[in-house]
Amino acid sequence: MAKRRFDLKALPGFTTIAVICFVALYLPIIILVAYAFNAATSTSEWGGFSLKWFASAWNNDQVIDATIRSFQIAVLAATFATIAATMAALATTRTKAYRGLTFKYAFINQPLMVPEIVTAVALLIFFSRIKVWTGYAGLGYLIGAHTAFCIPFAYLPIRARLESMDLTLERAAADLYATPFKAFRRVTLPLLWPGILAGFMLAFVISLDDVVITNFVKLGGQDTLPTYMLGQIRRGITPEINAISTAFLLLSILIVTLFFFASRKRD
Amino acid sequence: MASAQETALSAERQDIRNRWLLSAPALIIILLAAIGPLFIVLIYSFLAAGPYGDVEWKFSTDGWISVFLQRDIFDDTLSFADAHLAIFWRSVKLSIGTTLLTIVFGFPTAYFIATRPERTREMWLFLITIPFWTNLLIRTFAILQIIRNEGIINTLLIKAGFINQPIQILFTDTAIMIGMVYVYLPLMVLPLYASMEKLDFRLVEAGYDLYASRFAVLRRIIFPLVKPGVIAGSILVFIPSLGAYVTPSLLGGGKNMMLGNLIELQFGQGRNWPLGSAISITLMAIVMIALLAYVRNAGSSEVRHG
Repeated sequence: MAKRRFDLKALPGFTTIAVICFVALYLPIIILVAYAFNAATSTSEWGGFSLKWFASAWNNDQVIDATIRSFQIAVLAATFATIAATMAALATTRTKAYRGLTFKYAFINQPLMVPEIVTAVALLIFFSRIKVWTGYAGLGYLIGAHTAFCIPFAYLPIRARLESMDLTLERAAADLYATPFKAFRRVTLPLLWPGILAGFMLAFVISLDDVVITNFVKLGGQDTLPTYMLGQIRRGITPEINAISTAFLLLSILIVTLFFFASRKRD
Repeated sequence: MASAQETALSAERQDIRNRWLLSAPALIIILLAAIGPLFIVLIYSFLAAGPYGDVEWKFSTDGWISVFLQRDIFDDTLSFADAHLAIFWRSVKLSIGTTLLTIVFGFPTAYFIATRPERTREMWLFLITIPFWTNLLIRTFAILQIIRNEGIINTLLIKAGFINQPIQILFTDTAIMIGMVYVYLPLMVLPLYASMEKLDFRLVEAGYDLYASRFAVLRRIIFPLVKPGVIAGSILVFIPSLGAYVTPSLLGGGKNMMLGNLIELQFGQGRNWPLGSAISITLMAIVMIALLAYVRNAGSSEVRHG
């Protein structure tokens, strides 16, 4: 092909704006990470390279405590959400439309449509009533809330995977006298696994990142890492928050990268 | 013959029943921990405020009245609650501003990604996806650290001698908007990219062959074709902006509240749960109207193209 003199796809200024956007998206995060390695106590001047803020975060019992709680909630909520979403996806795909199908879609995606702050105060009211009635004051409230808003995120990739799956293999299994359960376990589940894994990872990240709903639902002493950080930022900034953020970022990027490659393998 | 038909029918019924059983856990969890509580909020908005927060179980419309009106303490007359109206107006204004700015920045960015060679396209897309999945609180904190008075922008400007006093950006509406554009930009770029990826450049070529200018091609060919993406992105940005809580509370401070902060206030120091509930329902109603408008719009545009 001859060198094209006229670039069909070029639009004046678009590349410049795009480059500005990419720089603007990453520069604040890079500066945030850089200040995590700052030896100075103030975050406005550079006092040389140091790991002391990471050490100070590591030795801060509240930080460790909140981190452990965040992981507990995220693992449990993502697991419950993924199981419920997998079942729901199996129930809502590969079928002709039936009464209530649209209703199910709307129901499952509802947490995506209501502003988080509204769900947060709704759960605050509801759970405070339950707490008065039952006296229960454990992590169950947070796990329940997280499971609910994680379900649509787990549901999406699982449903996408199911819809692109070949039905003939399951029919073959049935033809060979496999029971429905056996056909599911030996044929459907292995094929669906990448979708389930992707759904779990999305749900996990969503749960780990949540600030608003957690902040309203949590009881005293139930801080997760994001709500702990929110409280600290409001009180005043120390580079320790930069150090925690850096560790948190690293973890998120790791999970997203895994997700990216897991969902790419599909083809 | 009839019995075979009956068996098929009952098998179908059985299948549907199984499908309801399978979806039951998800539906029950969402009913209990997402949808159900919303009805409680609706009920609470019609109750009287308790003296120490919570509610008293008697019917009252005070919560709804005080969304937009306030009762004078002395002569009991009603007047517009200017503070609330200002917050409603700020929320709408900043959300529309954020949506427009994310289009201005997101459109060229999505176009840039969509026109990369296939090998590198995925990498650019990945670069947009990472911030999307990065904690919103951390990204807001990153912006806060840059724009505050002791932040890098003000420090550099002062060192360069352009200004003597730091520019007050933090705790202004501008700060909230910068923060929201920053955190929600990926939500605009991703759906825009999805519709631009399918763009047929033969149409663009045809436009140039007919002596259209670059601007005319953009306005008359590219923009109408990717309009569904623009609308989807606008909805995705507008809705969380309107209900934003973390970004305005960190960047706007106590004075520049948005609806999310007003709701929090009523459930916290304000101790007016019915009012907080009424504002929550109002916010949800605005979001639902925006969503319905989107669904209707998307439906009709599909008909037109299909």
